[in-house]
Amino acid sequence: MDPAAAKMIGAGLASIALAGAGVGIGNIFAAYISGSFRNPEQAPRVFANVILGFALAEATGLFGLVVALLLLFVL
Amino acid sequence: MHNPMEQFEVKRLVPLHLGGLDVSYTNSALWMTIAIALMLFFFVYGMRNRALVPGRLQGVAEVGYEFIAKMVGDNVGEGGKKYFPFILSLFLFVLGCNAVGLIPYSFTPTSHIIVTFAMAAFVFIGVTIIAFWKHGLHFLSFFAPKGVPIWLMPILVPIEIISYLIRPLTLSVRLFANMLAGHIMLKVFAGFVIMVGILFGWLPLIFTSAFFALEVLVACLQAYVFAILTCLYLNDALNLHH
Repeated sequence: MDPAAAKMIGAGLASIALAGAGVGIGNIFAAYISGSFRNPEQAPRVFANVILGFALAEATGLFGLVVALLLLFVL
Repeated sequence: MHNPMEQFEVKRLVPLHLGGLDVSYTNSALWMTIAIALMLFFFVYGMRNRALVPGRLQGVAEVGYEFIAKMVGDNVGEGGKKYFPFILSLFLFVLGCNAVGLIPYSFTPTSHIIVTFAMAAFVFIGVTIIAFWKHGLHFLSFFAPKGVPIWLMPILVPIEIISYLIRPLTLSVRLFANMLAGHIMLKVFAGFVIMVGILFGWLPLIFTSAFFALEVLVACLQAYVFAILTCLYLNDALNLHH
């Protein structure tokens, strides 16, 4: 296979990591929303944890994106 | 269409050479200076009256200070007071760098891995030194969680050690990748406006505006996450198996 084409395919495959990040972020906010309707008083207390979880979940997807960008522009 | 990676180019503004090193004053350094100057101005000018009843600017400065003070207090506890100035400066520097990057035609210092990795490596090495200083070799028990069956230890301890050693990498890549991906996305969508032309160009323009609002949120959020993760790492070092 042409190395340039393989690079492109690899970059596309690495972007699949973002699907996992989407599932993770959706899970975090779904749990937060359903939890905050069950117990609205406690909702602001866990919001910092929600944001932290969101950032951690988002980062895993972005690691995949970094791999894609490395393949496209650096290697 | 412009290359979306063009915005991350480091240019020498004042070429300087010290020995064999290239210590030129670059646009990255310029925008870092601007970020620090803005934050300094914000706090020094905001607190100039030291009024008992704060005005607008002093109010914002106090809210920012108390926000981080509360975060350090909640996450590290009493022992973290000593490290509060460091975490506040770290938070303000990252926030300033992320925020000045949002100005059109500016440069985002935190979109370069070397900048974020230098900060993350500093945090990691500092925290490890503090941990060994405080607990001595007893700190090594951090890698062997309590209440785990002994036959699981040969698997668990290497995993714990790797997850500890990888911390500076994840901490730096998280901030760097967020800033990089956000700015590339903005530029790509801005490029669509030109490509699509006058008839449907307003559609990507609306997207760009919405993404820009998201980027403002991400800039603040990532500074917060960087600071809170530093707090959590510091907590691991100070309060072993609390």
